[in-house]
Amino acid sequence: MPAEGESANSPLLAVGNLTKLFGAFAACNGIDLDIRAGEIHALLGENGAGKSTLVKMLFGVLSPSSGQILWQGQPVQISSPSAARKLGIGMVFQHFSLFEALTVAENIALSMDPGVSLSRIAKEASDLSHAYGLPLDPNAHVADLSVGERQRIEIVRALLQNPKLIILDEPTSVLTPQEADRLFETLGKLKAEGRSVLYISHRLEEVQRICDRATVLRHGKVTGACDPRKETPSSLARMMVGSDVAHVSAEGTNTKGAIKLEARHLSAGARTPFAVSLKNICLKVHAGEVLAIAGVAGNGQGELFDALSGEYPVESDDVIRIADKPVGTRGINTRRLMGAGFVPEERHGHAAVSALSLSDNLVLARSQSDRRAFLGGGVLGLIRQDAVKMAAKRISEAMDVRKSGENPAAGSLSGGNLQKFIVGRELDRQPSVLVVNQPTWGVDAGAASRIRQALVDLAKSGSAVLVISQDLDEIFEVATEIAVISEGKLSDIYPASELSREKIGLLMGGMYGKTGTAETAHAH
Amino acid sequence: MGIFEAILLTVITAATPLVLAALGELVTERSGVLNLGVEGMMVMGAACAFIATQQTGSPYIGILAGIASGAVFSLLFGFLTLTLVANQVATGLALTILGLGVSGMIGEAYVGQSGIKLPQIVFPILSDIPFIGPLLFRQDLIFYLSIALVIGVQWFLFRSRAGLKLRSVGDSHSSAHALGINVIRTRYLAVMFGGGCAGLAGAQLSLVYTPQWVENMSAGRGWIALALVVFASWRPWRVVIGGYLFGAVSISQLYAQAFGVGIPSQFLSALPYLATIVVLILISHNRRMTLINTPASLGKPFVPDR
Repeated sequence: MPAEGESANSPLLAVGNLTKLFGAFAACNGIDLDIRAGEIHALLGENGAGKSTLVKMLFGVLSPSSGQILWQGQPVQISSPSAARKLGIGMVFQHFSLFEALTVAENIALSMDPGVSLSRIAKEASDLSHAYGLPLDPNAHVADLSVGERQRIEIVRALLQNPKLIILDEPTSVLTPQEADRLFETLGKLKAEGRSVLYISHRLEEVQRICDRATVLRHGKVTGACDPRKETPSSLARMMVGSDVAHVSAEGTNTKGAIKLEARHLSAGARTPFAVSLKNICLKVHAGEVLAIAGVAGNGQGELFDALSGEYPVESDDVIRIADKPVGTRGINTRRLMGAGFVPEERHGHAAVSALSLSDNLVLARSQSDRRAFLGGGVLGLIRQDAVKMAAKRISEAMDVRKSGENPAAGSLSGGNLQKFIVGRELDRQPSVLVVNQPTWGVDAGAASRIRQALVDLAKSGSAVLVISQDLDEIFEVATEIAVISEGKLSDIYPASELSREKIGLLMGGMYGKTGTAETAHAH
Repeated sequence: MGIFEAILLTVITAATPLVLAALGELVTERSGVLNLGVEGMMVMGAACAFIATQQTGSPYIGILAGIASGAVFSLLFGFLTLTLVANQVATGLALTILGLGVSGMIGEAYVGQSGIKLPQIVFPILSDIPFIGPLLFRQDLIFYLSIALVIGVQWFLFRSRAGLKLRSVGDSHSSAHALGINVIRTRYLAVMFGGGCAGLAGAQLSLVYTPQWVENMSAGRGWIALALVVFASWRPWRVVIGGYLFGAVSISQLYAQAFGVGIPSQFLSALPYLATIVVLILISHNRRMTLINTPASLGKPFVPDR
């Protein structure tokens, strides 16, 4: 708890001219920031703007190259996370720093005073979590918990230290709207207790809703400090991106075309103990429309993609149909040859081989579907390097892929540029069916709007597009129709205009309304 | 003493080095380090224990020498893989080759010498219990140590805070680092514990099993120990089950061959491996438990980004 009598205008934490260099690259360049006691302070910025680097320095995970940090007016060196904790700084990481193989109580014990027994920690954690409205079972294994529950562990772990400042790194990116509301209530309680919160996000709506002040970063520099409630979303976005972001609209897509992709009562067992099984999924995607599937991560999106793409074929031919032909047992190449295209979720290691060049990655994906164009020498299948490089160049130009050389390794591209390339790689074929999973996950706003526009344009040109995404903004931008996946089950399909965010949130929680209510009651 | 008792005594002697070496490797792997050099550390322990015993006349100094040589040898592995971030698999294999070579060289003068057997420590009263007494309470120090270590490691890993930290380092080293746990130091200690245990296992070979020095006398036991750790899904008690089962089947098949059972001897020789693998696969069939027990960052090098 902050000490009494601290003057309200002397900041709790002040950062002056903080710089972090990785080689010659400045991830943070002369950052100034101050956080007052009892305020929720937003740190806004695109991916790669330097937000994570900055907070890692505040939490002692990285050491600054230069600059100073003042804590309650005193200059401090934060050399390690435990030093940060001793000062009274708690942190909730974006990629959770949890141990899946350990129980909730064990995870919490790792950051606590070693003198306290495990059973006492379990009890304290359980009490505290209920007091803040974030109930937790201390004996559950983390591997069995949902993402929202995992985040609660992190928050409870930070709170048990009784911190004066809590840093939250993109906390709502993994939550349903309802879970996020609950988190905001907890943050309100913390603020009322006089604690400060540093809230990192790129979601403007949230920041305007809960934050008192905001600092905006771009390319490692502070580009604005403001009261977010006095700004408009577009003025904040301009500070973040540096220019106006193109608006994407699904207008002009329609559902009147022929059915191009269909799943009929698709079920598939879980392949690993931590995977989700698919239960009786029915969907139809018509030519000319974008069907978006919303859902919180880990509810069967990856499994659904695998089944639709043929990466893991299913047992019966008839449950998946492409262009009205049964393909359930067929592999990915057969489906591609029928005019379908697929873009999986993971850029590195799944959609692209990081160590190979862009042209090599192009051949890997399209060596069968574009055999004539890319391979020569008859049975030998020699790669026609010139043709492939031409195609790679064409794709890069069409999608505005910014790269360091003529044909660099996929791993050297930034996330957004590589994502533009792997989506462009499929669009270049003009597929009649396109299935994409999380097309703009971790991608900056400029690249994201480019990719979304390209998906909408493909649908307008008469193809059927299925987008699986956790990002509700994205879903509302591109979708003609929307369905929600939860615990491996798909909700009914609704026209995008008829769905609100609240309704989607309920569907994400498994509340299916007219269908499947009884089933979900079962599943719990 | 009946023949059954005699067989059981040999089983215990055959199983103890496997349990010791596997237990040490279990702790090493729980911290996320894969040290394939168990065989090399074991044979170094055997050579150094024998030489020290011959020089001083005390097998207890021999035991200390065995533990120390294994630990020092593992420190070399630790330096290469943890500080210099060399590939763990290649370094471990090199350590085995190096250990076999160095032990052969320093032990050459001692080949053929008759050694001093580690004396039995007899517990009064307890050792008079029929059957169990002579088996469990008329044994040498290394056997008692092996039992104490199993209990100690089980307690350390799953009850103590330090053991929790060690498991966390093996599960996700970057998360452990972010929590302020010293990943490299934890791993150094775990590697050295593994080396010490392998050295002790080697000392048992040259001081108890066959009290003499023969080149290459570990005879593949280090590899068995490595396999035991995996099939025991990184649980100490399962290592004991696997180690004793392997010991039991390999001794019984020797007796079976001696009595001329009408089964091809090649099959009998293969039997210990088959039996151990089958049993350990059966007890670790629960995939969820196996996943939870497998150290997720096993074999992955850790470089903090500073």
